[in-house]
Amino acid sequence: MLTIENLSFMRGDFAFRADMSVKPGLTAVIGPSGSGKSTLLSLIAGFDSPDGGRVLWNSSDITHLAPGARPVATLFQDNNLFPHLDVLTNVALGASPQAKPASDAMEKAKQAVERVGLAGLEARKPKDLSGGQQSRAALARVLLTDRPVVLMDEAFSALGPALKSEMLSMATSLMPEKTLIMVTHDPEDAKKFAKEAIFVKDGMVASPVETQVLFAHPPAGLAAYLS
Amino acid sequence: MADRAQPLSFWPAAGIVAAVAIPALILVTAGAVFLQAEPGQGLSPADWAAVRFTLWQAFLSSLISCILAIPVARALARRKFAGRRMLITLLGAPFLLPVIVAVFGLLAIFGREGLANAVLGGLGFEPMSIFGLHGVVLAHVFFNLPLATRLVLQGWQDIPGERFRLAASLDMDASAIQMHLERPMLWRVLPGAALVIFVICTTSFAVALTLGGGPKATTVELAIYQALRFEFDLSKAAFLSLIQLGITVVAALVLLRMGLSAGFGAGMDRPAQRWDANGVWQRWFDVLAIGFAALFLLLPLGAVFLRGIPAVADLPASVWSSAVRSLSVALASTTIVIVLSLAMAIAAARPNGGWIEAAGLLAIAASPLVVGTGLFILIFPFVRPEALALPVTALVNAIVTIPFALRAMIPAMRTIETDYGRLADSLGLTGWARMRLLIVPRIRRPLGFAAGLSAALSMGDLGVIALFADPNGATLPLQVQRLMGAYRMDDAGGAAVVLLVLSFALFWGFDRGIGRADD
Repeated sequence: MLTIENLSFMRGDFAFRADMSVKPGLTAVIGPSGSGKSTLLSLIAGFDSPDGGRVLWNSSDITHLAPGARPVATLFQDNNLFPHLDVLTNVALGASPQAKPASDAMEKAKQAVERVGLAGLEARKPKDLSGGQQSRAALARVLLTDRPVVLMDEAFSALGPALKSEMLSMATSLMPEKTLIMVTHDPEDAKKFAKEAIFVKDGMVASPVETQVLFAHPPAGLAAYLS
Repeated sequence: MADRAQPLSFWPAAGIVAAVAIPALILVTAGAVFLQAEPGQGLSPADWAAVRFTLWQAFLSSLISCILAIPVARALARRKFAGRRMLITLLGAPFLLPVIVAVFGLLAIFGREGLANAVLGGLGFEPMSIFGLHGVVLAHVFFNLPLATRLVLQGWQDIPGERFRLAASLDMDASAIQMHLERPMLWRVLPGAALVIFVICTTSFAVALTLGGGPKATTVELAIYQALRFEFDLSKAAFLSLIQLGITVVAALVLLRMGLSAGFGAGMDRPAQRWDANGVWQRWFDVLAIGFAALFLLLPLGAVFLRGIPAVADLPASVWSSAVRSLSVALASTTIVIVLSLAMAIAAARPNGGWIEAAGLLAIAASPLVVGTGLFILIFPFVRPEALALPVTALVNAIVTIPFALRAMIPAMRTIETDYGRLADSLGLTGWARMRLLIVPRIRRPLGFAAGLSAALSMGDLGVIALFADPNGATLPLQVQRLMGAYRMDDAGGAAVVLLVLSFALFWGFDRGIGRADD
């Protein structure tokens, strides 16, 4: 279980506070722009360091680990693939971030590429893939990383609605045991795919609530955001 | 991203060391010069003359380059013609051209026996001399007219095409467009271009060495060289170096204040479509401007080839051995530039790395000849300077090329960090793996350019080497200069061709070899 303990982070006059736990399964993070959704993900991934508080994974403290040393993988909005490397190498880096990925990593990468439905495209460069295929390749790498927490920062928002839904359902079905945290601007994504949802407003992060319950009885801030 | 936890690994650490070492070396050499200069010794009339000549020729060169650049850039900005792209590429060439090769070409056209005097003589005029102020300014215009043209052309191309469309829809005529669009742009671009060229001309030793000289046409740098090599007066050389240092530092400070940089200007875009420039005389004026610029650049180069190629087969062995010496200097210098600029760019792209760029740019203020004089003073008590001529040449050339390399590489490195830094961090891609898989593939274009630039510049260098070299250890540019001095013009021409071909081949080889993009 991912636990965020009294986390605080100040930048200029933006103050961020979070104190909560996230269960395995897909959890959506919703809220107005600038409210602190991406800050939450950044702090969990280790791209920013908090001013106070701790981030725990199964009760071990990961607050001060480098991003690559955390049990956390990230799917970014874009630039998820190195454009100069082919699909297979891009995926294999998930298991073996070395100048020459190990041969068993290449083997595993091949399987992951097949699982996301890109068999036969291993040798392509990202620019020769469609947007949907690029997202699949990035997903294949996350499958390979062996990291229990996966952060998705509007990962598929550049895709059309049908493709986005397809990617989200693929992500949830391929990684049923992982803790997936997804920032989204689309409440429908949360309703359709997320067991629980977190509402963020003005730097205050609420604890996760069952998505159905949250949308059936929205707190005042969420109601204003949704209308 | 500002406070991402990042351990200091080898490359950024090396970059920080380099960013401290380069200004330190410049300061130490300046300090050596300062201590050696005899206190209380005022400027002799000859020294004053050198200062005046340095500033005057730089002023004239800059003024003439900029004035001539306006019609040429305007013609390039508004005309489409076959060979336009090639001509613009050619405008980048003088930067890589070894000075001594250009001087040989200019002598062939404008010298006593040259084409220009033949024409003048045919028309009944007195022959003109290329030596002295004329020659120095002519050579500087040859080198800097292309630079000025590229900078001004850049200004023209930065005027959005919509403006010209708007002007056309308002039915503005050429003079109205000049008034409202072009003149404001020129006022913005020209002062910077003029100042950059002025600075370049105050530190251009090789031109003064070959075309200047004598009481009326000696620059400060030339006076340093004469004090060191002929009078062997270390303290006089040191004193003159201080003056030169003062000139370059003041000029560099003004440049920095204006927020300018010695860029190259890109200007490869298509010309903007214009509706105001279709008059007959405008067309002819543009044809003349382009024809003049092309001839001015191509005739001297053509003369080098015409004169030199027949002699290449019979060149004396000393030319070939000096070519090997120059190649080794160029390769050593390029290796230093690649390693240091890569490390410095990596360090500069880190949070709070801004000062690294500034430290690297400091080398712009350093005159290679002053750094060379400082090194000469420092090593002279211990070793014969001649023994270290080649390593010192490679090092000083590397240091003065690094600002240009950083200019190209730091923005690219920052883009890599913004686009892929987080991805690489989250994958745990560090150290050699990050270098090999992320940085090298994505930096290779500017890195290849920087390496090519560095190789060509140090191949053609005729600065520091003149201070240090002994007669048997000459590099190729020095050899060309000596052959010219001995009036062995055929051999000099042949050696100039070899030098020219090697310089451009090095640039091309590195730029294409390292810079080949694979995405």
